[in-house]
Amino acid sequence: MYTNLRMKVLLLALLLGACSGPEDSASLGSTRAIKNKGSDTIVNLALAWAESYQDQNPQARISVTGGGSGTGIAALINGTTDIANASRSIKSEEIANAEANGITPVEFVIARDAIAIIVNLHNPVDRLTIPQISDIYSGKINNWSEVGGEDRPIVRLSRETNSGTHIYFLENVLRQGNKEDKTFFSSNTLLLPSSEGISAEIRQNPNAIGYDGLGYVTADIKVIAVARNDSEDYIMPSAETVNNFRYPIARDLYMYTAGEPKGAILLYIEWLLGSDGQSIVSELGFVPILQ
Amino acid sequence: MKSNNWTEAIITGLIKSAGYSAILIVGIIFIFLFREGSPAIVEVDLSSLFNLRWYPIEGYFGILPLLGGTLLVTIGAGLIAVPFGLATAIYISEIAPRWAREILKPLVEVLGGIPSVLLGFIGILVLAPFVREFLHLPTGLTALTGAILLGGIAIPTIVSVSEDALDAVPKTYRDASLALGATRWQTIWRVTLPAAKSGVLTGIMLGVGRAIGETMTVMMVTGNAPVMPRGISALFQPARTMTATIAAEMGEVANGSVHYHVLFLIGIILFLLSLIVNIATASVVFRQRKRAERILS
Repeated sequence: MYTNLRMKVLLLALLLGACSGPEDSASLGSTRAIKNKGSDTIVNLALAWAESYQDQNPQARISVTGGGSGTGIAALINGTTDIANASRSIKSEEIANAEANGITPVEFVIARDAIAIIVNLHNPVDRLTIPQISDIYSGKINNWSEVGGEDRPIVRLSRETNSGTHIYFLENVLRQGNKEDKTFFSSNTLLLPSSEGISAEIRQNPNAIGYDGLGYVTADIKVIAVARNDSEDYIMPSAETVNNFRYPIARDLYMYTAGEPKGAILLYIEWLLGSDGQSIVSELGFVPILQ
Repeated sequence: MKSNNWTEAIITGLIKSAGYSAILIVGIIFIFLFREGSPAIVEVDLSSLFNLRWYPIEGYFGILPLLGGTLLVTIGAGLIAVPFGLATAIYISEIAPRWAREILKPLVEVLGGIPSVLLGFIGILVLAPFVREFLHLPTGLTALTGAILLGGIAIPTIVSVSEDALDAVPKTYRDASLALGATRWQTIWRVTLPAAKSGVLTGIMLGVGRAIGETMTVMMVTGNAPVMPRGISALFQPARTMTATIAAEMGEVANGSVHYHVLFLIGIILFLLSLIVNIATASVVFRQRKRAERILS
């Protein structure tokens, strides 16, 4: 909620700013706001980038909104955003839709992210294997005592289906990367509309299990160590374990532009891929891309 | 004189067109909904539409759990809001002393003005943990939590409209009843309330209509799990309503895709649902008025 508010305030400020000087933008040519929309996982990072970039380049204007990866890509396809943020790579049907609209999406990997498995602080369970997590979310395991915890029912929390994190989790954790696997989320999995909704429920409910980008995990939530299977080591997510590929649930984060970026958009993307931009990535708990 | 006629004609015309515009707008909305939603019936075969799984990103479009979720939460809200709303309206209109009335009525109307997203926020932070601990449920994000909050949203509407209707019952009705030796309660239950029936029913209909259409609050507190409700126990489990589904998924879908058409189909169902509530109430009100006219003539 807080991030949403901040986002809206910033957006409003940017809109007002953009409205105030039509004559400036005409004379300078490049001060039109760059619209940046999509993944809720990336929205805080995108905001921090936008703020810092605008501090360094006072003439630049960037407006950032969230909504989910699918929302951002849909906006790119419909031509209502310049840059789409996505926590999953673009689907082939989305590329086809974009091309039908005369837009060729161009992909940039802008950071990496670990998906943390999170539980309430009072939950004694501190490690799980991927097959266990898969069984929990598909409904085969229904009580914490089956994975070494207390005798409590498991309440499964997930992001809504428009979230890139949801799809990543479905494909790589629930189905363990097997494309033929047709396992579903158990139908009583709670689908919450925001990351904040998940952390609010985790904070107050000792029965809950959830997943979220590492950048969203706060100190009042417990992170679980994860192993690929029970013969491998249990690893806590961190920048180090993501970059040395030991933590098993990590992914790339993307930005998409409509065609090869030019002008202000190109400058912005080059900046955020450079050392200034990537230092902000690690400040926010994400993992910088390897240079 | 002539210019007077002119302005009169213009004003009458304006008022008339304003009146008819409501019909026109409803008509246009329905045509739009139908145009966007009807392809879904062809694209998704009926057996799959009446499936019990809603997982649109992989082509499962079973709308029954969503319809069930909406009915469950709305009926729950109605069961809470109607008795509370009616009792409050009767108290304010018939029993409360003048000063209490002057405080209560505006306060109830303020309650009606609270943005629903704020109620949702209170629901997540206060009501859901309370429901979980009080009823020993696995989670507090349940249909019941949604129903309680929706009841809270519907109550001010029911109170406000019903209180106006009760207030409009002529004082002579009550005086006559009391003069015949009826107690105060008998007067309220047998005379005042039946006389105000059409207004009270309108209030209930408006309140329930708000509950059916409410989106933000239910999306925040019901957990949004598309489970088919079976029996009373479903009230204590998560549910996913049609409105929350449209709100959560409309931003994601590609224009013109099957999923997009199915979401509009859900919109049509919602539209028909509130139409049914309206027609049912209107027919009751109408029948009652005819009977009253017969008695009076």
